[in-house]
Amino acid sequence: MEKIPILRMGPFLLVTIQIDLYDRLALNLEADLVQMVNKTGARGVLIDISAVSIVDSFMGRIIGNIASMSKILDAETVVVGMQPAVAITLIELGLPLKGVHTALNVEKGMELLKSKIGPEEESDDDGDAD
Amino acid sequence: MVTLTKDRMMILKDQDVVPFRNRVKEYAVRIGMGLVNQTKLITAASELVRNMLRYAQQGEVFIEVVTQGRENGVRLTFVDKGPGIPDIELAMKDGYSTHRSMGLGLPGTKRLVNEFEIRSKVGEGTVITILKWKNG
Repeated sequence: MEKIPILRMGPFLLVTIQIDLYDRLALNLEADLVQMVNKTGARGVLIDISAVSIVDSFMGRIIGNIASMSKILDAETVVVGMQPAVAITLIELGLPLKGVHTALNVEKGMELLKSKIGPEEESDDDGDAD
Repeated sequence: MVTLTKDRMMILKDQDVVPFRNRVKEYAVRIGMGLVNQTKLITAASELVRNMLRYAQQGEVFIEVVTQGRENGVRLTFVDKGPGIPDIELAMKDGYSTHRSMGLGLPGTKRLVNEFEIRSKVGEGTVITILKWKNG
């Protein structure tokens, strides 16, 4: 079965969605990501959707879920790289992705995450890894 | 309105959604539909095909290229033999859902396309037709 890889980068988790999502795959990603946040103690999740050509209400909900679940586990979620046509469609569909931070690209997303977790967190890492 | 080509696809499982979306995209590209309209059409198609799988477990979709005057468009007809929709007016309301979803499906889909028609009979099934013009 296909799986979307989750990369760890310092205190952040990085997910790049390169294929078209169907429901099961999206649900698995949601579960995997939340588990990874819990296991690694990640402080931020960055989801790159620049290769995703459509986001419908179900995928929008999954993205919202990931953000709210991560938030409860003390991690921020930033979605980056949304195609303009996808943004137009989401708004017309009536899905403004409330509560999800967005940034134009990965670089800006990383900056946003770093600013969210505050400067004191950046130096320490892996000190208490399991 | 004249139908130029007609294609049909069975939707039996979750994974069928991806090839179906690709097929719709192929037709949209073939008539020269712009990226924004393509995205709206495919998103609408994705919403409806998901509804079909959720409520009727399976169904079939007819994909047509239609023409009227100088305008071309893609028309999709979703046919299922599911439980049907008892109150279409209610189902078309924003925020209404019998499932745990956000209830954006039908009204949201309608906003994304140029024509939207829904016929349903409880116990027999549902037929939904959407049409997106190339420059619509």
